Amino acid sequence: MSRIIVITSGKGGVGKTTITANLGTALAQLGRSVVVVDADFGLRNLDLLLGLENRVVYTALEVIAGECRLEQALVKDKRTSNLALLPAAQTRNKTAVKPEQMRQLVSQLSDNHDYVLIDSPAGIEQGFRNAIAGATEAIIITTPELAAVRDADRVVGLLEAAEVRPTRLIINRLRPDMVSANQMMSVEDVVEVLAIPLVGIVPEDREVIVSTNKGEPLVLSSHPPLAAQALQRIARRLEGETVDFPNVASLGESFWERAKRFLNQRVI
Amino acid sequence: MLLDFLDQWFSRHTGSSRDQAKQRLKLILAHDRADLTPAALESMRLEILAVVSRYVELDSEGLQFSLATEEGTTALIANLPIRRVKPLQVSLSQPEGERA
Ligand SMILES: Nc1ncnc2c1ncn2[C@@H]1O[C@H](COP(=O)(O)OP(=O)(O)O)[C@@H](O)[C@H]1O
Ligand SMILES: [Mg+2]
Repeated sequence: MSRIIVITSGKGGVGKTTITANLGTALAQLGRSVVVVDADFGLRNLDLLLGLENRVVYTALEVIAGECRLEQALVKDKRTSNLALLPAAQTRNKTAVKPEQMRQLVSQLSDNHDYVLIDSPAGIEQGFRNAIAGATEAIIITTPELAAVRDADRVVGLLEAAEVRPTRLIINRLRPDMVSANQMMSVEDVVEVLAIPLVGIVPEDREVIVSTNKGEPLVLSSHPPLAAQALQRIARRLEGETVDFPNVASLGESFWERAKRFLNQRVI
Repeated sequence: MLLDFLDQWFSRHTGSSRDQAKQRLKLILAHDRADLTPAALESMRLEILAVVSRYVELDSEGLQFSLATEEGTTALIANLPIRRVKPLQVSLSQPEGERA
């Protein structure tokens, strides 16, 4: 059974595109066939993070308009076998995409891929509606900041109403030094208020920016830095493996107890 | 070690940046989730106070009224300090419609 997962957040700039590119690559490295879909029409980025921008010919828009076949629009990643990108249109077309069309598109993609990962735009308007349309599960990205968590909570509610479940949480850009100095909310704090299961913690890592500049996902590096290791662990958790959260020790015992509770159940 | 621990413990409880964020977040989410407009909340507050004041005299200084969210559940929390109980003047008559 193939999985259609939307990666969303409400707030912009929290790491949706970075995480989509890396999770897609990591899952492909595990031997899965993966397609990442850029649903951020008008602000396409996913091709850049994957270093595939020069190979984009057609986009999802042409496929929807019937101007090309789906296979023609897919960009195969040469570095990572099993990984393909469906790019978004960069120019906002007059013919707005409708949720029903997106639903059809991702369902078609799911026929011959194990994973369809959809990179959602920021916000909760039409673009978000389109991104979640065909999804059967969701990963919510937040950073440990007030505005990001607030928006994430809003999105959790909307996904619930749209019956997209399960929803899982990734906390990105965590700074353990600031947490231990009590300057930043901890993983425990965020999980407690959002009350959805945690699937991963990605630390703040300057290597993320370096990899973006290169157009090479972080998980491809020969010595994966901390953030990349975290993303690889998330890929394995998605595959159903039980993978320990490593920086638990530095975050204290009560975190672990609480995290465990939230890991496999949705508390409302 | 111990001093570090005490330092952290106290800073957490005297409003560290982390603690402030968390407290504000809980309040914000409680309001977001309840989806009550500030006007609706205020009118609810006034009505509740009116009802309670028929029975007891409240200490207007210490009144607290807020939404809080804990473990994914939102609750309306009111702290209404009582100054004195009023002599009972309400008759426990049946509601209008049910009278014979
Ligand atoms: N873990 C991280 N450490 C450092 N920088 C990060 C991390 N995650 C994301 N970023 C940076 O944050 C910015 C926004 O990321 P992006 O993936 O484009 O967010 P979104 O798609 O949610 O708008 C980018 O500049 C990216 O390099
Ligand atoms: Mg993005």
